[in-house]
Amino acid sequence: MENYIIEMLNITKEFPGIIANDNITLQLKKGEIHALLGENGAGKSTLMSVLFGLYQAEKGEIKKNGQVVSINNPNDANALGIGMVHQHFKLIEVFTVLENIILGVEPNNHGFLNKELARNKVVDLSQKYGLQVDPDSIIEKISVGQQQRVEILKMLYRNNDILIFDEPTAVLTPQEIDELMNIMRGFAKEGKSILFISHKLNEIINVADRCTVLRKGKYIGTVNIKDTTKEALSKMMVGRNIDFEVKKKKAKPTETILKIDHLKVLSQISHKYIVNDVSFDVKRGEIVCIAGIEGNGQSQVISAITGLEKVHSGKIYIENKDITNENVRQRSVDGISHIPEDRHKYGLVLDFPLEYNLVLQRYWQSPFQKHGFLNHKEIRSYADKLIEKYDVRSGQGATSLTRSMSGGNQQKAIIARELEKECKLLITAQPTRGLDVGAIEYIHKQIVAARDSGKAVLIMSLELDEVMTLSDRVIIMYEGEIVGHFDPKKITVEELGLYMAGAKRQKIKEVSHE
Amino acid sequence: MNNFISNLLNKIKHNYKDIFSSSFFATLMAIMIGMFFGLLVMLIANPSNAMAGFGKLLFGGFTKFGDVLYFATPILMTGLAVGFAFKMGLFNIGASGQYTMGLFFALYVGLMWDLPAGIHWIVAVLAAMIGGMLWGVIPGILKAHLNVNEVITSIMLNYIGVYLVDFLIKNNGTLFISVESRTKYLPESVQSLTLGIPGSNANITFIIAVGIAVLMYIILKKTTFGYELVATGMNKHASEYAGINYKRNTIIAMLISGGLAGLGGAFAILAPSNIAGASMTYEPVGIIAANGFNGIAVALLGNSNPVGIVFSALFISHIQRGGTQTSLFGYKPEIVDVVISIIIYFSAFALLMSHSIGKYLKSRKEKKELKNEISKEGK
Repeated sequence: MENYIIEMLNITKEFPGIIANDNITLQLKKGEIHALLGENGAGKSTLMSVLFGLYQAEKGEIKKNGQVVSINNPNDANALGIGMVHQHFKLIEVFTVLENIILGVEPNNHGFLNKELARNKVVDLSQKYGLQVDPDSIIEKISVGQQQRVEILKMLYRNNDILIFDEPTAVLTPQEIDELMNIMRGFAKEGKSILFISHKLNEIINVADRCTVLRKGKYIGTVNIKDTTKEALSKMMVGRNIDFEVKKKKAKPTETILKIDHLKVLSQISHKYIVNDVSFDVKRGEIVCIAGIEGNGQSQVISAITGLEKVHSGKIYIENKDITNENVRQRSVDGISHIPEDRHKYGLVLDFPLEYNLVLQRYWQSPFQKHGFLNHKEIRSYADKLIEKYDVRSGQGATSLTRSMSGGNQQKAIIARELEKECKLLITAQPTRGLDVGAIEYIHKQIVAARDSGKAVLIMSLELDEVMTLSDRVIIMYEGEIVGHFDPKKITVEELGLYMAGAKRQKIKEVSHE
Repeated sequence: MNNFISNLLNKIKHNYKDIFSSSFFATLMAIMIGMFFGLLVMLIANPSNAMAGFGKLLFGGFTKFGDVLYFATPILMTGLAVGFAFKMGLFNIGASGQYTMGLFFALYVGLMWDLPAGIHWIVAVLAAMIGGMLWGVIPGILKAHLNVNEVITSIMLNYIGVYLVDFLIKNNGTLFISVESRTKYLPESVQSLTLGIPGSNANITFIIAVGIAVLMYIILKKTTFGYELVATGMNKHASEYAGINYKRNTIIAMLISGGLAGLGGAFAILAPSNIAGASMTYEPVGIIAANGFNGIAVALLGNSNPVGIVFSALFISHIQRGGTQTSLFGYKPEIVDVVISIIIYFSAFALLMSHSIGKYLKSRKEKKELKNEISKEGK
């Protein structure tokens, strides 16, 4: 009988209509890094929320050091030494680092704050574990990587020794990820126990000792990382073999479709150039990827091309036609298809039936309207055609409420809509964000197929794996400027990371295919 | 025809589940709870007559159905005005001002222009529509081009509208009778047609208003303009992404909304009645028209749905008529306003309630099934 510091035994948690956790057992040893692997919706977050006291399980029990404990709220969890870094940080943006760390456990003398005491402890902790961060900086002024360190310091400050990391690497550069891995190893060596939630297999192989896999709310198994492979883990996670390599032939770029010429976009908030003198082009039959850390102007480049953001100066051409001052509708007619970054905010009217969303870019065209009246018959038959062709699944077919559909199927609906309309240039931003592996595979295939059918494709992505596998050319942006331009086969992920972090840059003015 | 009815019945059968989980059901619940609290208020105010007074409140309207229709028409129109703008996500709180402008334009045409009887009232109605449109389109333009919040501009225009109209009337010797501090009575040529039911104040404007509601339903459901409007109301960002012209549609929506409220003003003043002080004349006393604000209530209760608005206008008019009769039992007319306000207040929770009621019914059903299963196993 081994010693487990935390045991979650036969946990079952139901939500109306869905069993999020079905008889799941997770056993955490002292001093190990234990990965929790599963697709979106597999029940990882629910299980951790049960452990952290945010939800109560209907069945099952939680033991600490062999004793049954009841965890009814995060304070209980805290008292047991359980801390959690949430995927979306729980920080107060306008407070300082120190104020955030002590929030809820403020040291005080009869109601008066004693910050010095706290400051000393925080400085000690950050030196001990190599978590460099200035305690007096305001949260909104420091980088995302530093904010994560604040979250980690919060756990340490509370003397937690069971640390939960919920998808901690999603917001980090490759270098920051390496640093985090080192920090996690340091904790484990200290005797702290770590639960590491992720769907990124490389990281799990890299850092974890053991791994528990969930699929659709069910427990699949726990394996020793030493005895397994990436392929075996992915099969456990998805239930079938997955192609990690996107199968694509060599690109055969022909004439230029999109040309960006010295584009500048002014930020509405800071009045600085959020896109600063950017020039590049995209040719028919190639996939160009814009990579970079979130917030370096990539989204604004996309919005400027699609017409959602105002251009300050510079020109945008589609097939030599200047579209800089055209409205969104006209650009769509010119042949731009756009799969937006935020599908709920921009891509769909969630309270419309699916069929209405499928004609969102075409409802004003014949035959979908006649003399200003919608032709519901044509809309229905067009929608049915798209639903079948792109395998969009929903409860009631064309009349399903879009809100009721799964994220993957919502994205499929957008892709169907954008690829079926007349399209020369396909622009996609974060096309696979928040989707499970199966849906990602499908969407990557569709994007490559679009390229091979003679479309120019421009992708903005924060996922480096996606950038490396999908693109024919990579453009890296840092602080609104293009700092690098590569063939993805001739650069490593690590080097890409240096460019993304602004540590390196190429001398380039014109970025185009040579 | 038979076919049509059986189709309709089939549809209702098919959708009856949706109806009961829908906002329609929630609205009914809201009304019931509102009634309950209304009764409570009446009990507190005057316990001995409460039941009789409450009965009058609920059923008194039926004895004067013509009056119910007569008073329903203006709030039906302002309700449509508010509801239509709301479909696009615009909160037109300025229906009062638009209503007053419409009323003034109709009054002006009625008293200052000499036209043949057949067309005089139609011209007055059209003028009222233009007046309302004018007052509606100003916030629309400001919203579209300068992104000024339409709530603020339309509230301000309520005040400007009412004082401007009062000023224009008082300054006009032909319109205004200063000793009676009201305008002249409108001539018969400009009065809208009654339905010819003896002793009833029902008139053609109610039928026109219902026709406009049907038209609005068609616009919203069947046209590309309606598609754009509803898409914008549901998700402004997605409509921008789809290339829908937000500025143009905002202006058109406010133009139409203002026009509808303006028609309400015309229908209120042009409809002949035997109710003292209710029609054919206007008293410039600097008070913002209550019919405009009641329109917000009507739209809210009708869930901005044109069909719902017809019924909610009828309902509110009905209890208002019933309310006036509670004075027989010593109740002040303010009481009925309190009751109506409570109903509106609860209808604001309507959607929330439909969720929680739905949940409750579902969990009860599940528990019942579970019990059945257990008892079966026991046997």
